Amino acid sequence: MNFPDTFKYTKDHEWVSVQGNIATIGITDFAQSELGDIVFVDINSVGTTIAQHGVFGTVEAVKTVSDLFMPVSGKVVEKNGNLDSNPESVNQDAYGTGWMVKVEMTNIAELADLMDAASYRVLIGQ
Amino acid sequence: MTTVALKTTSLTELHKSIGAKMVPFAGYNMPVLYSNLIQEHHAVRNSVGVFDVSHMGEFMLKGPKALDLIQDVTSNDASKLTDGKVQYSCLPNDKGGIVDDLLVYRWKEDEYYLVVNASNIEKDWEWISNHNTYGVEMVNMSDDMSLLAVQGPNAVKTLQKLTSVDLGSMEYYTFTAGTLAGIEGVIISNTGYTGAGGFELYVMNNDAHKLWDAVMEAGAEFGIKPCGLGARDTLRLEMGFCLYGHDINDETSPMEAGLGWITKFTKNFTMSDYHKKLKEEGVKKKLVGFEMIERGIPRQHYEIVDGQGNIIGEVTSGTQSPSLSKAIGMGYVKTEYSKLNTEIFINIRETRIKARVTKLPFLQKQ
Repeated sequence: MNFPDTFKYTKDHEWVSVQGNIATIGITDFAQSELGDIVFVDINSVGTTIAQHGVFGTVEAVKTVSDLFMPVSGKVVEKNGNLDSNPESVNQDAYGTGWMVKVEMTNIAELADLMDAASYRVLIGQ
Repeated sequence: MTTVALKTTSLTELHKSIGAKMVPFAGYNMPVLYSNLIQEHHAVRNSVGVFDVSHMGEFMLKGPKALDLIQDVTSNDASKLTDGKVQYSCLPNDKGGIVDDLLVYRWKEDEYYLVVNASNIEKDWEWISNHNTYGVEMVNMSDDMSLLAVQGPNAVKTLQKLTSVDLGSMEYYTFTAGTLAGIEGVIISNTGYTGAGGFELYVMNNDAHKLWDAVMEAGAEFGIKPCGLGARDTLRLEMGFCLYGHDINDETSPMEAGLGWITKFTKNFTMSDYHKKLKEEGVKKKLVGFEMIERGIPRQHYEIVDGQGNIIGEVTSGTQSPSLSKAIGMGYVKTEYSKLNTEIFINIRETRIKARVTKLPFLQKQ
């Protein structure tokens, strides 16, 4: 499995890619593989400010429902509208076309709480 | 902390060796999927797939009064069965609900087999035993038997290579015993839980691995896939088949569950007067199928509400349907909301999502 070295990771299996004060967030290759066929990504949080660890949406596979957690505090400024009609993008390209939200971070220091790729691999036993 | 060891089937190690994702289900360690649930689903709808459902329970009831006992504990009229015929039925409890749903197989006039849900084996055994005032010999064969469901439009072609029994001439809900894949005495049953056609094969545990290998080899040219409980659930839900513990349980009447067709008042059974009265007076809630109009996937226990947000029922099953590419579900609603095309709403994560009562099965025959 692929875990880009330039990303940060959470124990809830989200990834974060940072550019300036904008964090792009999705779920990891491991998460999409565990969930299986993703059929619905439900994100109603655009425009809202959510604290770190808060729920910004939900991802549903055929059989399971999982909440999506904010890796860092901030305002959700954009969601990936492509996922409304192509939720399978998360399975096919978790770090690319399967991205979920962009967040304007309110406390960049929180990034220090996140894992790097090596630590995340240890977490999932790979 | 106590851990309860999960039961295994004869094929558990095989499933693991081919990469199945295993989950605890009804006390058994079972494959939920092998590689991809949706592909497994489509394999069954369009070609052929094989399920290990050896967790299911099998009881033999034998003796001159076997039918009397079965008539007493089940809701359907088993006197209509002839040798080699199968009947869907349920075991009503003494509170107006359902102990379990099951298949009743008549092998001979004085020998029947009951096939029950894995989660209810002990409960059913105890229930039927307690009603056995007829001196019927009962044998619980659940731990000794394996069951493979070979399902899909190419199931007959797959299995016909393995047996001289004329499978094409067997009617739905009939069974026979014959040699298949070189194994003698395989119970070959034209039944299933997918609506895709096919057979269920009962063998002794020692023969399960050999049968699995033969079926996989025979089905290779049709792209046969091993299928897990995940696909089994999406397939049955598209057909509107009830799942015990979801759509029916200890508290639901067969009359409420749309199972009036297996509840026959041509005989007496547990609480038959109560169910007959329900039928005559009308039920207060009904199990309905519905499809989502707005985006969202219904799940068990979600509230069903009206346009004002008043609770009118509860979802019992729901999924994204791989064959129909839309979200579907079943649930109980107050009877006045059960008419076809009634607009209802499902509370999904505190949002009211629009749905519509639809005809069952969701998947209509082509």
